Amino acid sequence: MRFALLVSVFVVASCGLAYELIAAAQSSYLLGDSITQFSTVIGVYLFAMGVGSWLSKYITRDLPARFIEIEVMVGVLGGFSASGLFLAYASSAAPFKVILYGLVMLIGILVGLEIPLVMRLLEGEIRFKDLVSQVLSFDYLGALAVSLLFPLVLAPRLGMARTALLFGLLNIAVAIWSWTLFRTKVSRPRYLLALCLGSAVLLLGGFAGADKLTHLAEHQLYQDEMILAETTPYQRIVVTRWKDDYRLFLNGNLQFSSRDEYRYHEALVHPGLASLPWARKVAVLGGGDGLAVREILKYPNIQSVTLVDLDPAMTRLFRDAPILRRLNQDSLHSPKVKVIEADAFKWLDTHPEETFDFIVVDFPDPTNYALGKLYTNLFYRLLERHLVAQGRAIIQSTSPLYARKAFWTVVTTVESVGLNAAPYHVLVPSFGEWGYILVGRDSKEKLAAPPASIPVPTRFITPELWPALFTFPADMSRVPAEVNRLDNQQLVRMFESEWRQVIR
Amino acid sequence: MNRREFLAATGATLLATACRNTAPPLPPGELLGQDATLGHKLRDGSMPPPTEEKRVPVLIAGGGIAGLSAAWWLQRNGFSDFLLLEGEREAGGNSRSGKNAVSAYPWAAHYLPIPGVEAEYTRLLLAELGVIKGDPRAPKPEYEERYLCAAPAERLFIHGRWQEGLTPQHGVPSSERAEFARFDELIRGWRARKGRDGKRAFALPMALSSRDPDILALDRISMHDWLMSHNLKSPAVHWYANYACRDDYGTNHKEASAWAGLHYFCARTGEASNAEHETVLTWPEGNGWLATRLQEKVAPHIRTGHWVWRIGTDNGRAWADVYLAQENRSVRYHAERLIWAGPMFLLPYVWTDAPEAVRHSARAFTHAPWLIANLTLSAHPASDGGAEMAWDNVLYNSPGLGYINATHQNLQVRKGPTVFTYYRALSDRPPSAARADLLAADYTSLARQVMADLTPAHADLPQLVTRCDIWRWGHAMVRPTVGFVHGAARQQLASAGKAPILLAHADLSGLSIFEEAQYRGVMAAQAVLRRG
Repeated sequence: MRFALLVSVFVVASCGLAYELIAAAQSSYLLGDSITQFSTVIGVYLFAMGVGSWLSKYITRDLPARFIEIEVMVGVLGGFSASGLFLAYASSAAPFKVILYGLVMLIGILVGLEIPLVMRLLEGEIRFKDLVSQVLSFDYLGALAVSLLFPLVLAPRLGMARTALLFGLLNIAVAIWSWTLFRTKVSRPRYLLALCLGSAVLLLGGFAGADKLTHLAEHQLYQDEMILAETTPYQRIVVTRWKDDYRLFLNGNLQFSSRDEYRYHEALVHPGLASLPWARKVAVLGGGDGLAVREILKYPNIQSVTLVDLDPAMTRLFRDAPILRRLNQDSLHSPKVKVIEADAFKWLDTHPEETFDFIVVDFPDPTNYALGKLYTNLFYRLLERHLVAQGRAIIQSTSPLYARKAFWTVVTTVESVGLNAAPYHVLVPSFGEWGYILVGRDSKEKLAAPPASIPVPTRFITPELWPALFTFPADMSRVPAEVNRLDNQQLVRMFESEWRQVIR
Repeated sequence: MNRREFLAATGATLLATACRNTAPPLPPGELLGQDATLGHKLRDGSMPPPTEEKRVPVLIAGGGIAGLSAAWWLQRNGFSDFLLLEGEREAGGNSRSGKNAVSAYPWAAHYLPIPGVEAEYTRLLLAELGVIKGDPRAPKPEYEERYLCAAPAERLFIHGRWQEGLTPQHGVPSSERAEFARFDELIRGWRARKGRDGKRAFALPMALSSRDPDILALDRISMHDWLMSHNLKSPAVHWYANYACRDDYGTNHKEASAWAGLHYFCARTGEASNAEHETVLTWPEGNGWLATRLQEKVAPHIRTGHWVWRIGTDNGRAWADVYLAQENRSVRYHAERLIWAGPMFLLPYVWTDAPEAVRHSARAFTHAPWLIANLTLSAHPASDGGAEMAWDNVLYNSPGLGYINATHQNLQVRKGPTVFTYYRALSDRPPSAARADLLAADYTSLARQVMADLTPAHADLPQLVTRCDIWRWGHAMVRPTVGFVHGAARQQLASAGKAPILLAHADLSGLSIFEEAQYRGVMAAQAVLRRG
């Protein structure tokens, strides 16, 4: 029994340190600033252990039973600590820090109770000086084992949620073992066994469903059901569904809703392409969802579409996933479409021989300096070189209503490289009022002239809309702006500050 | 002794290690540097005596920016009867660079401020290289955008967080920020100031600066004392000024002269029609781009592995004994004119029968040792939510000077593998002691220092670094210490170059920067062309 209890000390100590590390690592991960997180979590935890040790003197009767109960509580609380924290963060139901430190405090108190209780259980068995020396050495050994295992093996291999659950199970194992040792000495052995087994089942269930828990947490973030999710080196791709509405999120930003994406994509393609009946060769930069390509392929005169997208996972998803293939009408399977996995800026720079009749520029908004490069005069100069003499390009360029200065900055930047620009706007309900810039070497008037007809089926766009598209009401009319260059990247700052006014 | 103490101790250790998961072994790498054995052989005079004699009208000894610029100017003016001898395997001097599968990267100098109208030769060179478009003499020329440093140019890791720009802001009390505003105000005043001779107080090249004694008096106090004399005591302001002196001069601000310190802040007033104020020109390989272009222009005239170990004069002509490293023998070159474009500290060893004044002055030049590391990363470090990765990434109150991200100028959106060039001027101790330590240190201890300096700002760095190569520069740059720039020794050497031996090196300006090296090189070439 003495050996058994000492082994328990080892395990209990491991678990105690593991929960502390998990809480600290998890909060660093979610809140950032690892120094603050580690030092506050460790501090609170140690303090709580002190509270636990002090409280231990109030436990006077039925020591083995209390020990088993404490083990079960530590196991369940600690085991679910990582997934619980993640869920709490995602749902933002309560202030995250309150939950974090509350949990750390609670686990700390329980862990603080463990060792004093074990020592008292062993009190009669061993002489005091041996007791102290043996219990404490196993305690420290356990701590050492975890401090090495956690960063080297457990965290990277199992992830936080599973690591926590694994230690929870170890606590329960100690509880069960203690039960076998003390079952004749405790007052309600069956109740204790049920407690142990019940919590073991709970934790095992959690272990099996750890992925679901993470999933659940993300679900909270996205509100709707997540039907596809993939993390690539470039971004987190999530597709959600609510009834028949499919939505694509990249890094948590909405890219389209299947309910109104036709408005966005028809407006992106037809005002340019309907006026180029001679066009044969088209490029789409960005737009790996294949939805712009779907609109382009409606034109029988188009012989080739070159889609340049950075993220192979995006184009693969939209080529292979049945729901998404239905959305883009299998456009990425068309023999006319050539998909190139490349950084568009770099690709244009290194392929000067490739010229196009029509280019669709459908990049993410300039939310950071890396993406901001795609909205600079250097990029547009390169774009200009890839357009044939009468060619045109269309640039999606944020909202002229919510980010008015940013929108007109893009217009000014395009004009600075000698292209003419005909900006227009469309209401896309899930985005709001959205802006596009049609560019080419033709005069602005010629660019903005309506086509006689749109020769392909459309749900939204018709030539009658032209005057409304190309007229900017007073609240989004042109404002003076400067050229966005690589060395200033003023658009990124402007975009951020303007959208900050809109999004709460 | 109890559990709590133990946990506290482990916790503290884990604080340092758990954030980066593990402490993996150091990445592989090489210890690089100039060939010290040759340098010492040179100092000891144990080179083999020449076994052959050759003649060449003009000989340039040294293939750094000064030597290459002299060659460039000679060639540009139709004179091509010259040879440029470089002791190392590659020319380029402080503008040397390297390249691997991920990126090209600098081994030292990494940028050029937009040159003002005074830096005439720099502008002419940039126009020749297509960096300036149109008239290089225009007040605000147009620059090729790819070479203008893209935003964000700079960020600072301060109090646990990356902030934009180098002016300390995050966690800096408002009283200190007010001092910063006052410092900026003073700098603005000095930028615009002209001396009684009508010249700008601080010009680049420095030879065109005002000689007004009131302004030159600044050379007699340190940058630190200058700040104190204006009641600027804020640690943030002092850090900033000290950073600038260490970064450009390898000298801390208690030793660097106030004239040199202010020159850094005030001389760079060049403007571009298509760039923000204070934008700099840069390339993945830093100034290695410029050095390589210069070498291409005069390639047939360059001989590397040619160590000029002794020079002298004979009946109005110059001679040079040159050690050919590959053949282990020496050749004596006779030349009408010899341009010594090596550093001045070598001069007393090489030109042993130089006039006493020259040898005496040359001994007064001190040089700062530097450590530069190029770290190859499998990916960009994770963002900590602070300011985004910039070109120049500086750490507040660090012994190093931060790092340059070599892939910053890439056009692509994707932030993949990259190379960080880490800089550290060993300015805390006297140069000779710091140099001895640097040259005695092994790879492990140096690589550890580099990693220890950067890891607090990038917890995931140890996992990302696949290679760390380290260059030890024993005599990286001349130190503009108090009294040096406008002192007797430098002025004596700056005017000591007389036929047949001319001197050309940034050392002669007391400031180790591209424009100065180029200016001294072009001046020597002009003297040759004048047959002076």
